Amino acid sequence: MEHEQDILVAGGGLNGPALALALAQAGLRVTVIDPRPAQARADAGFDGRAYALALASQRLLSALGLWQGLAPLAQPIRAIRTSDGVPPEGAVPFFLGFDQGELDEGPMGFLLEDRHLYAAFLAAMEAEPRVTLRAGVAVVAQAIEPAGVAVTLGTGEVLRGRVLVGCDGRTSGVAARAGIRRSGWGYDQTALVGAIRPERPHEGVAHQIFLPQGPLAILPLTEGRASIVWSERTAEARVIAALPDEAYRALLEARIGHVTGPITLEGPRFSYPLTLTLAERYVAPRLALVGDAAHGVHPIAGQGLNLGLRDVAALAQVLAEARSRGEDIGALDVLERYQRWRRFDATVLALGMDAVNRLFSNDNPLLKVARGLGMRMVGALAAPRRAFIREAAGLAGEVPRLLTGQRL
Amino acid sequence: MTTMNTVDPAEVAKFEAMAAEWWDPSGKFKPLHMLNPCRLDYICTQIAAEFGRDLKSDRPFAGLRLLDIGCGGGLLSEPMARLGADVVGADAAARNIPVAQIHAAQSGLAIDYRHTTAEAMAAAGERFDVVLNMEVVEHVADPLAYLTACHDLLKPGGLMVCSTLNRNPKSWLMAIVGAEHVMRWLPKGTHDWRKFITPDELRDLLVRAGFDPVDRKGMVFNPISWSWRLSDRDLSVNYATTSLRRAG
Repeated sequence: MEHEQDILVAGGGLNGPALALALAQAGLRVTVIDPRPAQARADAGFDGRAYALALASQRLLSALGLWQGLAPLAQPIRAIRTSDGVPPEGAVPFFLGFDQGELDEGPMGFLLEDRHLYAAFLAAMEAEPRVTLRAGVAVVAQAIEPAGVAVTLGTGEVLRGRVLVGCDGRTSGVAARAGIRRSGWGYDQTALVGAIRPERPHEGVAHQIFLPQGPLAILPLTEGRASIVWSERTAEARVIAALPDEAYRALLEARIGHVTGPITLEGPRFSYPLTLTLAERYVAPRLALVGDAAHGVHPIAGQGLNLGLRDVAALAQVLAEARSRGEDIGALDVLERYQRWRRFDATVLALGMDAVNRLFSNDNPLLKVARGLGMRMVGALAAPRRAFIREAAGLAGEVPRLLTGQRL
Repeated sequence: MTTMNTVDPAEVAKFEAMAAEWWDPSGKFKPLHMLNPCRLDYICTQIAAEFGRDLKSDRPFAGLRLLDIGCGGGLLSEPMARLGADVVGADAAARNIPVAQIHAAQSGLAIDYRHTTAEAMAAAGERFDVVLNMEVVEHVADPLAYLTACHDLLKPGGLMVCSTLNRNPKSWLMAIVGAEHVMRWLPKGTHDWRKFITPDELRDLLVRAGFDPVDRKGMVFNPISWSWRLSDRDLSVNYATTSLRRAG
């Protein structure tokens, strides 16, 4: 059967468009199905949501041709400091999801607002003839066929492709319909997220403050603003989230004023319960899961995005290579190459962030002592850990091309 | 068929017994499924280079007539058809043909599968731009007669990719002891180590059959990544070669 499309992508957030653009670059035809109307999100003003992009993510955006337009809108992170005098080389970059090996020279990463990133993806998809965006319609059913997959939309329309990729988040419908189970747990912690304007200029410095209630990050944004990721025990977070703006501002200023000086709030406030969710498999015949659909980590400051873009780079390369050698791109043995490439890294990273979070979110005095030690240990262990992961995964030296800034 | 036949009947019977399992990536043909990306990389690169094709384009092999000898269940024929080649898949084992035909139909691919031999097709005057001769030569009774038939099957300027197994203590350990006895990847008796061919012997056979050998690469199994890769130097077990039929 001839398929109109090679790849169907469920989910039009950020990973979905990134995957579609990467696959189109490799010559594949892609339809992205996004339940939300596209224009509404693109037209939004500043909503406080921003991502701390690791350098590998920035290189991928560069390889996709998006970075040139985004660079003027991104705030480089020039340094990362902790307020309590503990050396930052270990746990802080680790917590932010940055690769130790990347922290050489130049910016350590970039802060980019969701509205800019999404708008760039939207414009790039519109300009790419191999990508079709179906916005405002959801996938309601999927059926695996001998040579492809049939996807039924809410409108009753049926689309056919060779592979269906679930970029549909931590409650992935693609995974659920395929019977892929998930495991995970909550932390009794909630992240309060929003933007502020500090009186003291941030000068591109990110701060991480370790409080007994949980870590609090101040991430520099453009125009002198900063993004706040403030974690608290869920019960307290509920109370804080319900506070009127001025009381909220005063409480936050009491926590971070020694770093920022007086602050004002910018844009709306959000709160996200911290949970971890891992899919038992990333692939099934003619199906693959990407990003939070495969491994939902804390929605803090875009670590999830950094992890998701690594999935995107690996899956796009596996599919592009399979296509160029004439393989059936939806065959399970092809898709398993993606799973082998990504699952170990993603699981270790997710559990690693989990461990760091547990270590730093407790006022047990023993753990307080362990904290200082732990930060040094994480730093000391980072290099061998990476080497071990690479060796165990059999991928020594093999990084997806897109993450090095090369086109497919 | 009245043509002289170099197929060893005992070898054909062994593969007939295995035919239904062809398309299960974790079944009896798991080693071929694992090897397939590596040998496809080699085949595609060689064809693209010789005929000036861009592997990133749609159907890069359009217009090329290709013969896959010993096509089995179609593990190479299907990718070649997907890349646009006009494919004939030939197998001396009759039972492979319906298996391959059924799978090609499911995949939406038009492939001409035939129960025949290289010798019979050469005698019938069939001509191809590309002949794939993968992991076959170590199973035939008379390699020189067989390779001569393969040469006759090529148009002038045509290309043959031929892969086989080297004959040395390591290949005996890997292909016979490792693959057949320890890992049980292949049924015992799949390969007769004495029929394996060293790269120099193959080169000599190819030249005597009329070919110009132009390239050879090793295919090396990495037990850590559990996958195969091409090697310029290590031809100690599996290896692939490219040869041309002189133009004009």
